[in-house]
Amino acid sequence: MPQQIKKLLIVFTIVFGIFFIIKYALKPKSFGEFGHYRGLAIIENENKQVKYVGIEACNECHDDIVSYKKEGPHVNLQCEVCHGPGYLHIQDPETNKLIIPSKRENCGICHQKNAARSENNITQVDLKEHNVENKCIDCHKSHNPYEFKD
Amino acid sequence: MNLKTEKSSRRKFLNTVALLTGGLLVSSVTKPFNGLLAASNKPEGNGPWYGIGIDIEKCIGCGRCANACKEENDVPRVPFYFRSWVEQYTIKNDGEIIVESPNGGIDGFTQSVPDEDIFKSFFVPKMCNHCSKPPCVQVCPVGATFETKEGVVLVDSNYCIGCGYCVQACPYGCRYIHPEKKTADKCSLCYHRISKGIAPACMEICPNDARIFGNLRDKEGELVKFLKEHTCHVLKPEMNTGSKLFYNALNQEVK
Repeated sequence: MPQQIKKLLIVFTIVFGIFFIIKYALKPKSFGEFGHYRGLAIIENENKQVKYVGIEACNECHDDIVSYKKEGPHVNLQCEVCHGPGYLHIQDPETNKLIIPSKRENCGICHQKNAARSENNITQVDLKEHNVENKCIDCHKSHNPYEFKD
Repeated sequence: MNLKTEKSSRRKFLNTVALLTGGLLVSSVTKPFNGLLAASNKPEGNGPWYGIGIDIEKCIGCGRCANACKEENDVPRVPFYFRSWVEQYTIKNDGEIIVESPNGGIDGFTQSVPDEDIFKSFFVPKMCNHCSKPPCVQVCPVGATFETKEGVVLVDSNYCIGCGYCVQACPYGCRYIHPEKKTADKCSLCYHRISKGIAPACMEICPNDARIFGNLRDKEGELVKFLKEHTCHVLKPEMNTGSKLFYNALNQEVK
């Protein structure tokens, strides 16, 4: 074997050796467990906080409102659609109050008249025309909106 | 070697190349990706393989899905960062198409075109398609984004270097670089919820059941039923991404 090839081989061995040592040192332990990624990443993704707790959790304390809501058109609505995520509230209901939306715009998010909304899907009003002076909840009971306040 | 044979072999080579490229082009046009066929012909394996169904006919454009997604997944509240959002498509009588998505639909939609000018208007909720041939995963140089065995495309935010290749690669615009973490972020199909047996936040919160997710391997399941009972299409089938987000009543105008 010519001398220059021998020297080159030595250089190559050293370079590749260093490369593999660095690769071994930097590669996370769980990498490649299931595929070309860190296996631990799956567990990290699983462990995030669940924030929307669902109507069953609301029902544990507010069963009166939940059952009243069932009588009206909002029957399929999750409480958290309007009131926001409840994970903190169920841990400590006194300090973590939920949102109680009261503005006309809050109802308008679903009920504002729009050409893209089908009348079969949702009851709509034109917020610019319908009883402009008042809030929606001055007349309608929000949990069962076809019933009116006295 | 004599000159004649060399010439003819070069011609032969050029002919073959032209035939192959032409053939590939033609076959890609005549046989683009078909979402339903992909859903019926699932990869081998046990356990769930998730897909998503969105019923455009049922969507009322309230944007509660986009809002719930931001709350559940700590997505920055400022516009331009969305894992899930809603667009309003309005086709005018003069053939113009207007696409609007003010703050992703979170603050509600205001009709910008008067009724008499509208030919048709509808909402299109958008989110990650959880592709079975995800281009975002193919381009990641460090293996920080991957497809789980359940068919969910996830980001490993502790390993991501924030190069943004995946943001460019996604044909649906479903990824962004998180302004604080400086890493890629996207819909995880609420992996922390579905792994506990709860529906993703956007699906749970949808007031009109316009969104469903389900196991494509479960023949009696909700999603397979949805695909059987509706005429479903995927977005950008020509991209051959293997999208698993199926829309009912998707108009051709939606890009």
